Amino acid sequence: MKKKKKLAGVFLSLSLVAGALAGCNSDSKTSSSSGGSSTSGDTIKIGANLELSGGTASFGQSAADGLKLAIEEINKEGIDGKKLEIIKVDNKSDAAEATSGSIKLVSQDKVVAVVGSATSTNTLAQVQVAQDNKVPLLTPTATNPDITNKAGKLNDYVFRTCFIDPFQGTVAANFASDDIGAKTAAIYVDSASDYSKGLAAAFKEAFTANGGKIVAEEAYVTKDTDFRATLTRIKSAKPEFVFLPGYYEEVGLILKQAREDGIDLPFMGGDGWDSPKVVEIAGAEALKNTFITNHYSPEDEDAKIQDFVAAYKKKYNKTPDAFAALGYDTGYYLADAIKRSGDASPEKIRQALEDVKDLQLVSGTLNLDENHDPIKSATILEYVDGKQTFKTKINP
Amino acid sequence: MTTLKNSKGFWLSIVLALIFFSVMQFTISNGMLNPFYINTLMFIGINIMLATSLHLIIGITGQFSIGHAGFLAVGAYASAVMTMKLELPFIIALLAGGILAAVAGMVIGIPSLRLKGDYLAIATLGFGEIVRIVLLNIDYVGGASGMQVSHLTTWPWVFACVMITIIVIRNFTNSTHGRACISVREDETAADAMGINTTYYKVAAFVIGAFFAGVAGSLYAHNFYIIQPSNFGFLKSFDILIFVVLGGLGSLSGSVLAAILLTIVTTFLQDYPETRMIIYSLVLILMMIFRPQGLMGTREITTLFTGKKTKGGPKDGSHNTVA
Amino acid sequence: MELIQQLVNGISLGSIYALIALGYTMVYGIVKLINFAHGDVFMVGSFVGFYSITVLDLSFIPALLISMIVCAIFGVLIERIAYKPLRNATRIAALITAIGVSLLIENGLIYIRGAQPEAYPNDVLPMDKLDILGVSISSQSILILSVSIILMIILQFVVHKTKIGKAMRAVSFDSEAATLMGINVNNTISATFAIGSALAGAAGVIFGIYYIKIEPLMGVLPGLKAFVAAVLGGIGIIPGAMVGGLLLGVIEALVSAAGYSLWRDGVAFIVLILILIFLPQGLFGKNKREKV
Repeated sequence: MKKKKKLAGVFLSLSLVAGALAGCNSDSKTSSSSGGSSTSGDTIKIGANLELSGGTASFGQSAADGLKLAIEEINKEGIDGKKLEIIKVDNKSDAAEATSGSIKLVSQDKVVAVVGSATSTNTLAQVQVAQDNKVPLLTPTATNPDITNKAGKLNDYVFRTCFIDPFQGTVAANFASDDIGAKTAAIYVDSASDYSKGLAAAFKEAFTANGGKIVAEEAYVTKDTDFRATLTRIKSAKPEFVFLPGYYEEVGLILKQAREDGIDLPFMGGDGWDSPKVVEIAGAEALKNTFITNHYSPEDEDAKIQDFVAAYKKKYNKTPDAFAALGYDTGYYLADAIKRSGDASPEKIRQALEDVKDLQLVSGTLNLDENHDPIKSATILEYVDGKQTFKTKINP
Repeated sequence: MTTLKNSKGFWLSIVLALIFFSVMQFTISNGMLNPFYINTLMFIGINIMLATSLHLIIGITGQFSIGHAGFLAVGAYASAVMTMKLELPFIIALLAGGILAAVAGMVIGIPSLRLKGDYLAIATLGFGEIVRIVLLNIDYVGGASGMQVSHLTTWPWVFACVMITIIVIRNFTNSTHGRACISVREDETAADAMGINTTYYKVAAFVIGAFFAGVAGSLYAHNFYIIQPSNFGFLKSFDILIFVVLGGLGSLSGSVLAAILLTIVTTFLQDYPETRMIIYSLVLILMMIFRPQGLMGTREITTLFTGKKTKGGPKDGSHNTVA
Repeated sequence: MELIQQLVNGISLGSIYALIALGYTMVYGIVKLINFAHGDVFMVGSFVGFYSITVLDLSFIPALLISMIVCAIFGVLIERIAYKPLRNATRIAALITAIGVSLLIENGLIYIRGAQPEAYPNDVLPMDKLDILGVSISSQSILILSVSIILMIILQFVVHKTKIGKAMRAVSFDSEAATLMGINVNNTISATFAIGSALAGAAGVIFGIYYIKIEPLMGVLPGLKAFVAAVLGGIGIIPGAMVGGLLLGVIEALVSAAGYSLWRDGVAFIVLILILIFLPQGLFGKNKREKV
């Protein structure tokens, strides 16, 4: 009996070692097949460090789909005869995984640029890797200002395709004061998210500057499921407007529970709401009288937007959300920079990304300010019968 | 005689370790090793420290603690505050991380006087979660979005800390104090009756274990650029627990070995996050069913060659070892 | 008025904890194992309910029953495959196995269907709002509370009035003596797992209907909280689990109501540690304990 147990143990230990070896094998295979310097041969390798699983997977997957579509279109012609190859890493919506994923892309796969994560926190986790290794990091949708410029210090290797939090928060505050006519507002923020806090801070500043008053400031944490107690608090503060800059999973639940508890106020959020799941979770009824600021609207009649929407629908059989659009734009922004860089070296690409001027993209015309932040227009959408409808477009 | 043999093996492993260190240092400073492997190497070192420090609490003293990530978090944040906010040198940050974690160890060691087995386990788990939630609510350290930390952890630091941890814990185990701890694990009532101050030794084990976990936390914080409360949830505690149990409860070299193996396995399976966890959990279940005493049982590597069992461990398959 | 509303909020949250805690306390009472996988059985139940409603197009009651049956079988399988071989092993080995089973279920499901959340249809049960003196109570929260209480009464009846209940109490009291008295300990333990897991499955479906969003990791925190509730009420005591769950829900709601919503989870664990230290037998535990 004892001997049998021992044997089983030895077997298990062996299998563990075998597992380790298998891990090494599969790894060395992938790296050898694509080995050598990144710019040699016919392909230019770019990394994509996105949330393919975990809490914000829906954003990462959309951005990845958009990016993939863009790269396929670009590869039809190629860049000076070379093709782009994406190497994807899943960061599991986790900051530590995002860091080690970027280290892997930069040092193991030797990519010329990394397309950074869809959310601010995971992108912040990669900024230092990009700076230390002098490889450009380009995030499609991370809107926190600290990413490109922390305390007055420019992160010169970091870029983004989207506008930043303060702009979204300000647009929302002006919309609340001018269009809704709200004098008092409540803010309900996801304290686990830099993005949510960034929007809330900008909203608060602009709304008070407009002469409004913030009557309640409450917080929740990502993955919470019961918000009724806090919503009851908000209700008794009697605001005229609720600003809810969170992500779709919790936002859906909050809206549903708020409507159930008889809070019929207008709610407004940012691009974090933009996912079909928000409609599934909250239900069309609860989404009545809610608004979001977003990067673009698939219903905008601009020809470039309609071409993109058609191509995306054909490939994935669904309407692209803003994350997909920005992922797509990121592909073109990067391809444009690689083309202008000449030799596709990380340093030249960085310079080309910085020198971008009047680049026509789906989400608007791209120019950078001195902080590497795009100057672009924002779109306000309203949910009508569970569908986003184009309300207005606001230029910076 | 056996002690002589043991210490021979001990010195041999130290020499081997130093050779390993020099080789690695040489390849790193010559740029032969790319950052990905350096990163893995340092992560292995940090995990070894975590595994051996928990080994002291669970494997030697028999106190079933599953809140080890709490100590890791305290160390990580304390050291990050030292370097990033107070701009003190890294060595002070390392020590501060260790000492604050040790204080936390004392705090959680006190309830352990009254609790046993499952109840202690669940209480320590609760403690780990409380640490995480407290950090979540302190704006000074960035709240939920965490702190950005500069990269100061280097291979010599990691190596020195790992060596100190292993040597201290090994010597502690082989001392009178260590034997007292083992007696607490084997039978607390009997140990009490023999005049051993069980309260003292239980708290001592928590404090020492927490100290090294805190130092590991300092290295962790300065290796990964950003620390967030969500890095230190109870899944992290489970990871550390798994090193110890897979290596063999009561075996120091077992926990070191398990930490090395599992870190390599998980790092190389990074491209397949879902299957990685499935393999991980399956190994865990099968291991517990077929070999509940872990890879090494209670033996040490040094005694593997002589075929003798250390006096420290209980007999294989004994029912009342831990908890 | 706000306070009463908060109590209502707390009770509907607590009813879910209570439902999970009922199964937890039974299993712990009989095999003395913190079944970490219990929260994941709850999650599986939620998904089974979801697919029964959306794919098989069933209504609430059949979906609830299917989910309870599937979970009962699932629970027995877990017990037979993973826990039974370890019945005489150390406690730590059993606990590690429970953690392993929990991780396996979560990641197995993520592997099969991905980590993205799923949303229960909004129209499974009619949604009415009752307004009583400015306090709004949804019909669903009344449903949750009544289902929990009904299940608790049934459970209490099974444990105290039936033969299998008697066997459970005997095994819990002294499993070796029970064997000598001719009780089939293996079957009794399996029956306990079946009943406990069926309750978790029911809780899963109700959770889905009430909170809409379900995802593979949804069982982790409610599972832990349910254990806190079970300890709070006195482990192994069925009405204790019920009261513990409701109490925990109310405590959490009050903490949020006071404006400390971010501390809510922390408070649950502080309650746990305080209870463990000062009142380890729980609120309902007496010197002469009656356990299952």
